[in-house]
Amino acid sequence: MGPSDAPAAPPASMAENRLGRLADYATQCLAVAAAEVQKLRHDPVELFTRAAQPVLWLVLFGEVMAQVRGISPGGVRYLDFLAPGILAQSVLFVAIFYGISAIWERDLGVLQRYLVSPAPRSALVIGKALSASVRALSQALIVYVLTLALGVDIDLDPRSILGAVAAIAVGSALFSTFSLIIACIVKTRERFMGIGQVLTMPIFFASNAIYPLSLMPGWLRAVSHLNPLTYEVDVLRALMLSSGRSDYGLLFDFTVLFAATAALTAIASRLYGRMGY
Amino acid sequence: MTVRQGEMFGLIGPNGAGKSTLIKMLTTLLPPTSGSAAVVGYDIIRQPGEVRRHIGYVPQLLSADGTLTGYENMLLSARLYGIPRTERAARITRALARMGLTQVADHLVGHYSGGMIRRLEIAQNLLHRPKVLFLDEPTIGLDPAARETVWEHVRDLRDSFQTTIVVSSHHMEEIEEMCDRVALIDRGRLVIVGTPAELKSRAGPGATLDDLFIQLIGAAAEAEAAEGYGAVRRARRAAREHG
Repeated sequence: MGPSDAPAAPPASMAENRLGRLADYATQCLAVAAAEVQKLRHDPVELFTRAAQPVLWLVLFGEVMAQVRGISPGGVRYLDFLAPGILAQSVLFVAIFYGISAIWERDLGVLQRYLVSPAPRSALVIGKALSASVRALSQALIVYVLTLALGVDIDLDPRSILGAVAAIAVGSALFSTFSLIIACIVKTRERFMGIGQVLTMPIFFASNAIYPLSLMPGWLRAVSHLNPLTYEVDVLRALMLSSGRSDYGLLFDFTVLFAATAALTAIASRLYGRMGY
Repeated sequence: MTVRQGEMFGLIGPNGAGKSTLIKMLTTLLPPTSGSAAVVGYDIIRQPGEVRRHIGYVPQLLSADGTLTGYENMLLSARLYGIPRTERAARITRALARMGLTQVADHLVGHYSGGMIRRLEIAQNLLHRPKVLFLDEPTIGLDPAARETVWEHVRDLRDSFQTTIVVSSHHMEEIEEMCDRVALIDRGRLVIVGTPAELKSRAGPGATLDDLFIQLIGAAAEAEAAEGYGAVRRARRAAREHG
């Protein structure tokens, strides 16, 4: 190219260029999530079978534990206290095993196709997180309907619902990205299942999901304060219930959730490419 | 070793020779432990993003998603490759038509035959008009008719767009018939490279690529065995002297 036909790009077009690249990046993230929506449309059975677990928790566990004195703080009905915790739990369970789909895709060869595309690794990782959020939200819809039917004091104010949707989406992105990191490290389904089972327990029980932190011994309470699930449950308890309120403040909760998701996304973006080896 | 633009280049070699590994390195999936390579002028280590933008890759494994339809698979690729929204539908329709998949575009890929899946995978790799297309064992597990169709489409691509094709295969007759030049690889090393006619004439009058394959790989395997024995002997002697 000669100097005459290569004029210096004016700043306006540079900004436009950057905007175009940003749009491409967003398209790449959304492409992965859109494929997930299409898959769910082709085969939605899984969503309904997954809904069974939260029902069992609410009906069996909830009814019995409601008899225990001191389990729900401030005279809140235990079923009301439990419902947001079970919603967070069902989201967690879907997300924490999400990484196995990456291992499955690796074994098939679908993953290699993602990795040879010009999409940046981080766009693929964010796309996967959004896919998990799509699944989590369809799950949350079912839990909302169920809890309403069980007479839980649900807050139907659209702003509260929107806030809960945000918390579920980011919580799901957080744990699914964590799951993807594990998948990138272990690379086989067998190892992944073992680790997934082991992780689910402490994340679920060392949190405020099914009992208040005030019942815990000091060391466990300290652990629970480091657990992102605690902050997701805190948001949901504040926004899902009409009488709900937050212990830590919504701003703090969301800051923790977004920061943890960003950090995990950065790590996963570095590791995802190694899945191709 | 250099592959020219518009060339149909074959990679042959025994199982575990490193054909797939070579292709994975050239497609930036696997970082090389040493050495260097450039694809379309871009360095595979320093400019992996640029390399990916200009190549297509059909892996040995399944790369089309069986739980999506053919069209949805194409749409996913179009978005990942940054095809402008206004051009997506037209390019997808054209690529599907070129690969003879228009009729089944809305069927789930899980119901496709092996040959149809391969053609869809090639179609996915046409959307961004790659300069180089890497095909790793594209006809593995296909019946003869499906193999023939896949090769026809690949040759048509090369003839229409001057796409450089790098293909690995176990079927010597296919490679001999289709490729301009062939490289024989064994244990991660390039043994010989040339046109099929050149290679055959090296193996003797009336020889086939199969003969050459057996001659060269067989000899190399024996050499390795001798080296292995010598190495063991040296190591044991050293151990005795130092221990």
